[in-house]
Amino acid sequence: MKVLVAVKRVVDHNVPVRAKPDGSDVELDGVRMNINPFDEIAVEEALRLKEKGVVTEIVAVSLGSAASPEALRHALAMGVDRALVVETGGVFLQPLAVAKLLKAVVECEQPGLVLVGKQAIDNDAGQAGQMLAALLDWPQATFASELKVEGNEAVVTREVDGGVETIALTLPAVVTCDLRLNAPRFVKLPNLMMAKKKPIETLAGSETGADFAPRIKRLKVAAPAQRKAGIKVGSVAELVEKLRASGVLS
Amino acid sequence: MSVLILADHDGRQLKAATRRAIGAAKAWSAPIHVLVVGSATASVAEQAAKLDGVAKVLRVDAAHLAHPLAADVANIIKSLAGDFQVILAPHTTLAKDVLPRVAGLLDVAMIADAVEITAPSTYVRPIYAGNLLATVESSDAIQVVTVRATSFPAAAEAASAAAIESLAAPAADTRVRWVSESRNASDRPELASARVVVAGGRSFGERFEELLGPLADKLGGAIGATRAAVDAGFAPNEQQVGQTGTVVAPELYIAAGISGAQQHLAGMKDSQVIVAINHDPDAAIFQVADFGLVADLFDAVPQLTKALEQ
Repeated sequence: MKVLVAVKRVVDHNVPVRAKPDGSDVELDGVRMNINPFDEIAVEEALRLKEKGVVTEIVAVSLGSAASPEALRHALAMGVDRALVVETGGVFLQPLAVAKLLKAVVECEQPGLVLVGKQAIDNDAGQAGQMLAALLDWPQATFASELKVEGNEAVVTREVDGGVETIALTLPAVVTCDLRLNAPRFVKLPNLMMAKKKPIETLAGSETGADFAPRIKRLKVAAPAQRKAGIKVGSVAELVEKLRASGVLS
Repeated sequence: MSVLILADHDGRQLKAATRRAIGAAKAWSAPIHVLVVGSATASVAEQAAKLDGVAKVLRVDAAHLAHPLAADVANIIKSLAGDFQVILAPHTTLAKDVLPRVAGLLDVAMIADAVEITAPSTYVRPIYAGNLLATVESSDAIQVVTVRATSFPAAAEAASAAAIESLAAPAADTRVRWVSESRNASDRPELASARVVVAGGRSFGERFEELLGPLADKLGGAIGATRAAVDAGFAPNEQQVGQTGTVVAPELYIAAGISGAQQHLAGMKDSQVIVAINHDPDAAIFQVADFGLVADLFDAVPQLTKALEQ
């Protein structure tokens, strides 16, 4: 079975982000970028399925700007077989556009399973996987913390409010990956160097026939109101006294 | 045109987050219809019908919906969508699973986790784990939106109940099968809507529940945990507060042994009163805490529990 994994290049999760001074967008100039952590988990899961002999080929795909290959290089260094970028120029790709472009890739590659991160840590939308499943009319499982492929089914344990739930999907299907699915392997430097030499196929977004124009207009980006640091108390007794005075203890 | 709200419930009780989604829907000044999907949901539908602002409750009840799956719920919403200009739900697991699928089926964009509705198609939503707030405007004819429940007032009880209309359920999507679930049984309030949250970090170790449990029970609160405490196995996953866990905004948040990582702060900084107990006076949590106590949590937490008993 072939697996398609979608990876996004996002601001590194350790880097603090700021709004541009005019509030028009997020300041991304000179900011360190990396593979979206949830997508890295998706790549790792595909690799583990291949190591178990369930999967024969892993194709990683990234969409958008000219810099997207960075995330694909990371996926190649981790061990995916092929990498594909869908070139869309400078258009900011919203989840629906991502789903439409991925649908075009799925129709071309015909994978038995699509793995994506549950959300990208920049836009925090958490929508692309579900939208893709809708467009393909495939079953979906979101927030996977365990994935097994048994015959023609994916058995997925998913994280839900108050616990976990296990569902079984007839393949082909889309699965979105949560934090506890796995811990991605460490990429060794030689692998990263070798990945730089591997070919990345390019597909022009305009040739997919997908409409990737934005539907949502971003009017403003701003920092939230900062909380003011309060006071330090000297003892538990003083803390209780302050809490009683503030009225939050009923 | 009207607003359709996908109700979240556990089969017996309408979740508090749904009441708050109804509160958020008042931004449109349009009739609000609440959709209750499940099996044997008569009492949930009655609870929804009694809420202020609800014009009608639509009930889709079938045995195969006892554990609602995304494909089935999305198909139901799609079949109703022509009558609605807004499809809205609280940002809970159910809606995070279902609403993007609905948006995909309808070929419209979706707004996730709105914390403010500034105009009928303009929203404020957190990005980058709440480190920034984006104001966005959607141009689609049907607005599909999830709202952060803690940011909106809960709908009150109404004087009279709205009508409940039962609709036939479409056939189940047989390509998805519910297998099993494991939910943590607890008498404590639900973390996302609790009035008080008592949260701990990894340093509690094996004594996590032993030390925090009595304090939470004394305050009638829920227990929260950092990702590190969850990853180390000291607290169950559903207690995780943060960007990738539950976002809370209780009246009182007590953070014990929590240093204040960005991810965790993103999940709790909208709490009304924050108390931090940490032995490190430079911990980031003190930057957001109203009351900070520099102390060893193994001494301070039991002392606090005891002091509250008096």
